[in-house]
Amino acid sequence: MAVPAPVETLDLAARFPGWVTADTRPGYSGWIVAKDKLLDFARTLRDELGYDYLSSVTGVDYLPEGKMEVVYHAYKTTGGPGIVFKVQTARQDPVEVPSLVSIYPGAEFQEREAWDLLGIKFTGHPDLRRILMWEDFAGHPLRKDWREPYFEEEFKPFKSRWPEGKFQMAEEKARLGDNLTFPAGFDPKQKAEFDPEKALYEALRAYQKAETGLETEHLLVNIGPHHPSTHGVFRVAVILDGETIVNLKPVMGYLHRNHEKIGERNTFLMNMPYTDRLDYLTSMSNNFGYALAVEKLMGITPPERAEYIRVMMAELTRISNHVWAIGFLLNDLGAYFTPMLYAQEERELILDIFEAVSGSRMMCNYFRFGGVARDLPEGVLEKIRDLAFERLPRKVDELEDLLAENEIVRSRGIGQGVLTAEDAIRYSASGPLLRASGIPYDVRRAEPYSIYDRLEFEVACRPNGDIYDRMMIRFDEIRQSLRIIQQTVKQIPAGPIMAVKPAYQVRVPPGEAYGRVEGPKGELGFYIISTGKSSPWRYHVRAPSFINLTAFGPMCVGQKIADLVAILGSIDIVLGECDR
Amino acid sequence: MSEMYGKGILKGLGVTLKRFWDTYWEDAIWLFRQVTRGERRYRSPEGIAHRASKNARGIFTVQYPEEKLPVPEEFRFVPFLVYEEGPNGEKVMRCTSCGICSRVCPPQCIWIVRTTDPETGRPIPDPAEFYIDVDICMNCGLCAEFCPFDAIKMDHDYELASFGRSVYDKEKLAKPASYYESIRPRNAARENAARAAKEAARFAASAKPES
Repeated sequence: MAVPAPVETLDLAARFPGWVTADTRPGYSGWIVAKDKLLDFARTLRDELGYDYLSSVTGVDYLPEGKMEVVYHAYKTTGGPGIVFKVQTARQDPVEVPSLVSIYPGAEFQEREAWDLLGIKFTGHPDLRRILMWEDFAGHPLRKDWREPYFEEEFKPFKSRWPEGKFQMAEEKARLGDNLTFPAGFDPKQKAEFDPEKALYEALRAYQKAETGLETEHLLVNIGPHHPSTHGVFRVAVILDGETIVNLKPVMGYLHRNHEKIGERNTFLMNMPYTDRLDYLTSMSNNFGYALAVEKLMGITPPERAEYIRVMMAELTRISNHVWAIGFLLNDLGAYFTPMLYAQEERELILDIFEAVSGSRMMCNYFRFGGVARDLPEGVLEKIRDLAFERLPRKVDELEDLLAENEIVRSRGIGQGVLTAEDAIRYSASGPLLRASGIPYDVRRAEPYSIYDRLEFEVACRPNGDIYDRMMIRFDEIRQSLRIIQQTVKQIPAGPIMAVKPAYQVRVPPGEAYGRVEGPKGELGFYIISTGKSSPWRYHVRAPSFINLTAFGPMCVGQKIADLVAILGSIDIVLGECDR
Repeated sequence: MSEMYGKGILKGLGVTLKRFWDTYWEDAIWLFRQVTRGERRYRSPEGIAHRASKNARGIFTVQYPEEKLPVPEEFRFVPFLVYEEGPNGEKVMRCTSCGICSRVCPPQCIWIVRTTDPETGRPIPDPAEFYIDVDICMNCGLCAEFCPFDAIKMDHDYELASFGRSVYDKEKLAKPASYYESIRPRNAARENAARAAKEAARFAASAKPES
């Protein structure tokens, strides 16, 4: 069993007098850093204090106080608790904060997201374009004074629904054309001379041409939206030299619905079913992360039985996700659908369990603050036992038999799309992507939550960081998950499943919390700020699919175009979570 | 590579071949079962249950719509309103139009018109109108979970395809309590017992001062 890392008492305010102060707002923690010293601070943090992994970057709009804040969460890849630091700045247009990409390249996409949604300009960012919204979108939607079309009220529940029931459907209330507002000086009748792809192509062409002595013409190719073997609507723009990729930019946001804005209109409980729709293959894990974050704020812990059920469900989710990911990777390698369907059979049996427990196969909505929605129905524990002890170990071996020694899988996987350990940390890769690069970092061990500290399992790790290792590590993780499920099935105690009385309006004290879990795709974090009202003031999702894509470009450069889809498949993204 | 080329592929093909063989071997076993016990592999509850169990081998598919997987009791799909059948066949809604379901609904797809007494102007615990926009409903089940009167419950009927926009009104949503008990027997029994206990407690409390 892992020894918990000793808690260091860092007094950064004493170390950097004058420009680092402790955050003393009630319910808050961490450090507030002076804006002009941010780079120095981050460099010291990474090089001297060992916080080499920047997990999350996000912004908060404090409209009433007239300020904006950028919040960073950094961790050590050797484990232990993290550090939170913030930069505050006046809320004007544009808000400028120095970019951390030169120190933590993993901040690249996250800073672009903060620019896109909150209008925080990161000076020194190499490629600060919108990432989820389109290039000529007006405004920054996560700002508190931004309102969506069909806007009704700031917070749910909307008053029109009850008791008068005067509700009109949105499409009847505002017919097309009536609900549009344009920025000042914009005339929709005049054709705007604007090329939305210009910024993308300019960024794409900004690379160093290697001196080879041969004069070759480089070719710009758009793959997608939609093809990248249909993991979702995703587009990659690449520059090719012959068949070799010399530069690559992923383009995403086709499935963007501003989950976070919706989440800030919702009450705390209403967000639970919405988290299911982030990564729709792993809804139980998403529930877990969100429940942890809100429970941290509320200061409650679920009873024993609920913890066991939660872990059991989260690990079943991991298995179902990984068999799916392996099957889909083989699709990407050209083994069309046979491995996929073999993998899916086991997933079906797991989904049957989810359906019996939560009522839905994929949109589980099973976790509640302080427990789970309902106890395991009769017969479900036996089903889980049958699967975990009998069927799944056998079937995982069979799937490995089918794939692991296959010459095509080996020749297309070994040595392809390599992500070195240093790069994996620098680009803030997480989950199987990080561990296949030889970094045994797993939130379940590094900062144990729930009951993981007393369960026996090993952190799966593979050294090479190529496509093949990323496939094989998923087999390893399935085996470890089976081990965990076997223990929980044996040890699960009887007892209550909720720590508090179930309520639809929970009281969440003011403050901030960051709840993170080791989701099947990587570190899934929820950053929540409560002001004591029924809805969160800020609700941010650290989506592993999205952040893992930061490393996608560097992994592909120098590879052949045919391997691009295989590399993308080995990252295992779900666009529901990536685009949010 | 020191290994023989093609070995991995042959091994993989072996797995596929075994699956192919399993399908027909299972068919043969079930043929025997059909002769001896009258159990069929296809289009029969026992056959579907077998294909959804840990012992499933070979072909896995359930041929919808000829065959349907049975849904578990907790399965939830689109809410309905429960009514009690009166002695003369009248529908007594359990709903009191308290509005909790419409307030807890995440996509806000429930809207209710409360009845008010025309003379006193005070609300009457019976909804005048009750709508659910089924196209917006996300089937989360929170309304059923937090209804204090067991009046709104999640249905098992998932075949709702239609050509137009589906906004269900009170008529369309109302289903008898006997239907609810038939789809969720365990839940209904538990809730009925809890309600009976509550009634008894209230009766005892109201009876006490008189004695």
